[in-house]
Amino acid sequence: MQIVKDNQIIDNNWRYVADDAEPLVGDITVSLARWNTDNQKLRVHDGKLGLRIAPCDSVDEMALNLRDIDLVELDFPDFADGRLFSHAWYLRSRFGYQGEIRAIGHFMPDQVFYLSRVGVNAFAPEKIEYLPFIISNLNDFTVKYQNSVN
Amino acid sequence: MYQYNEIDQTLVNERVAQFRRQTEQFLSGEITEDQFRALRLRNGLYVQIHAPMLRVAGPYGLFNSTQFRKLAHIARTYDKNYCHFTTRQNVQFNWPKLEEVPDILEELADVQMHAIQTSGNCMRNTTSDHLAGVCIDEIEDPRPYCEIIRQWTTLHPEFDYLPRKFKMAVSGALHDRAATQFHDIGLHLVKNDKGVIGFRVLVGGGLGRTPVIGQVIKPYLEKKHLLSYLEAILRIYNLFGRRDNKYKARIKILVKESGLDKFSTLVEKEWLLIRDSNELSDARINAIKAQFAPPAYDNAADKDISFTEQQQANKAFTTWVKFNTTVHKVAGYRAVFLSLKAPEVPPGDMTDCQLDAVADLADQYSFGEIRSTHRQNLILADVKQADLFMLWQKLDRLNLATPNIGTVTDMICCPGLDFCSLANAGSIGVAREINEALDDIDYIHDIGDIKINMSGCMNGCAHQSVGHIGILGVDKKGSEWYQITLGGSSENDAAIGERLGPAVAKDQIINAITTILDVYIKNRLNDEPFLAMVNRVGVTPFKEQVYADS
Repeated sequence: MQIVKDNQIIDNNWRYVADDAEPLVGDITVSLARWNTDNQKLRVHDGKLGLRIAPCDSVDEMALNLRDIDLVELDFPDFADGRLFSHAWYLRSRFGYQGEIRAIGHFMPDQVFYLSRVGVNAFAPEKIEYLPFIISNLNDFTVKYQNSVN
Repeated sequence: MYQYNEIDQTLVNERVAQFRRQTEQFLSGEITEDQFRALRLRNGLYVQIHAPMLRVAGPYGLFNSTQFRKLAHIARTYDKNYCHFTTRQNVQFNWPKLEEVPDILEELADVQMHAIQTSGNCMRNTTSDHLAGVCIDEIEDPRPYCEIIRQWTTLHPEFDYLPRKFKMAVSGALHDRAATQFHDIGLHLVKNDKGVIGFRVLVGGGLGRTPVIGQVIKPYLEKKHLLSYLEAILRIYNLFGRRDNKYKARIKILVKESGLDKFSTLVEKEWLLIRDSNELSDARINAIKAQFAPPAYDNAADKDISFTEQQQANKAFTTWVKFNTTVHKVAGYRAVFLSLKAPEVPPGDMTDCQLDAVADLADQYSFGEIRSTHRQNLILADVKQADLFMLWQKLDRLNLATPNIGTVTDMICCPGLDFCSLANAGSIGVAREINEALDDIDYIHDIGDIKINMSGCMNGCAHQSVGHIGILGVDKKGSEWYQITLGGSSENDAAIGERLGPAVAKDQIINAITTILDVYIKNRLNDEPFLAMVNRVGVTPFKEQVYADS
């Protein structure tokens, strides 16, 4: 599976491990709940760690764990759920998180300009054929009216 | 009036290009119906009963003559020779073709107009006082702040997918003509005890299914903190507003369910963390203010004596002056209302010929500017009293001089069942029947200040719940019925109308309205206005008569 990261199409090396699944090896993302229950194991596991965030997850809870994290996945259940835009803003602007923030799930390629402005730098769309659109849509606007992350 | 700079123009041009691509991708099946719906709504495009409907932004109700000529051209070229002015001071076209909408938007961009965020669950067009800058009770002109908010809200990356639509209004006068107490955020320019002007901020007001009067969340906000405070409110709403039920998704429900105290604590906490990094500088405020500098008024305008003479000589002119013009802060000038409520015309509608003609009149008599009002009329705000007689005659020929502003036939009315796919009942037809029943202008003038607002469904686009008389269309087993409320107001004395009783059938609604007016005429004290009487006696005397036969 390929994704767009920092304006380029690259191979994805991360794997999501569901809450009841194993093994916890390699570069993996887990839910906030899994992170909390298996914290010790995850900290010492062989590979990098990422968090998969849902819109209803607490931003403050995320903030406590960012030091050990290399990737935050914003998992869109529906493109209309705008909470994840604020989550991305918090991660960058309030908590100073500098790792990868990746939009995944049911976001639209037409939302990537806004997503990039709130600090999302990687996109794993529902359909592989969206990848080239994403790269071009990142340039939809050359001007902006307000401050955000970017 | 604000003129686009290179950034503004680039932004709308790029938005047109983006929407052109999205439309092409939709037509070729590359994006789904659902996705396109969200995208087209954010460009003002609805799909209605007969055809798409395009809502064009009228930023806080301001237009220039060039823009009006463009609207006329669009009405002629892409639509059926007319357009409709809305309660959000916007303009709607009812018959565009989907595939031509990108072309229409490109034409609009040529005259510094757009349809960005005029629908969808995002921040909408900010509305304001239609007499801003010319009224005599103004603390400060609200328009520069409206423009600052317009820019901040436009393509805001974080707040474009809110739980529900979000509307703001700004008033700068003592008399609230912008219904600020019924907006998601209402802003009032006020002076603090040191005489410094800032904002009183209201939150959680709204109309629609659940009308709520907004509450003061910040009695005084320094101007420099305007945008950071809005950002804090929007962020809290974006995160915590309900997304499980669209009827409970507006900020008014969040404020109600969490309580103002808890809500404002969350906002305050967020705001304190961002306010220093997002200050509005005096330089920026002043640069925008400069674009709203007063026009070159004629200092000798009040030396004219013809105005008085013409009024003495012509009763019809005098009547029009009384009802359709209002006092101006500059001596010798008046603000002129163009009534879009001629008896035989759907309220708020205008033809291409009228648009062109009004553009010419604006150039000739009012510095080339035109305003739309939230009661669906137009204003030429800066007319010399010496020009009024000539202007009246010209407006009369255009059917834009019906002397009914502020009267019973100056109804707010949604498109209703005739056009809207949400409506349960017709509203334009009822408006026409009310006009037919009240065809005696002297009687209308005798009734005086009364606001009838009529919506074809619960969504309440025509603000029926704040009408002095509110009429709400409801569906009862496939037939059209109307629920009546009395005593609503969207002004300083904000109130939600009280329900009169059970809904009345379509063939009874006119009778009910005329009965209500008769009760008023018979029971008013001296020159007591309708609303004052309703507040004094309650709904019972009206109810007794309206339901007397049932």
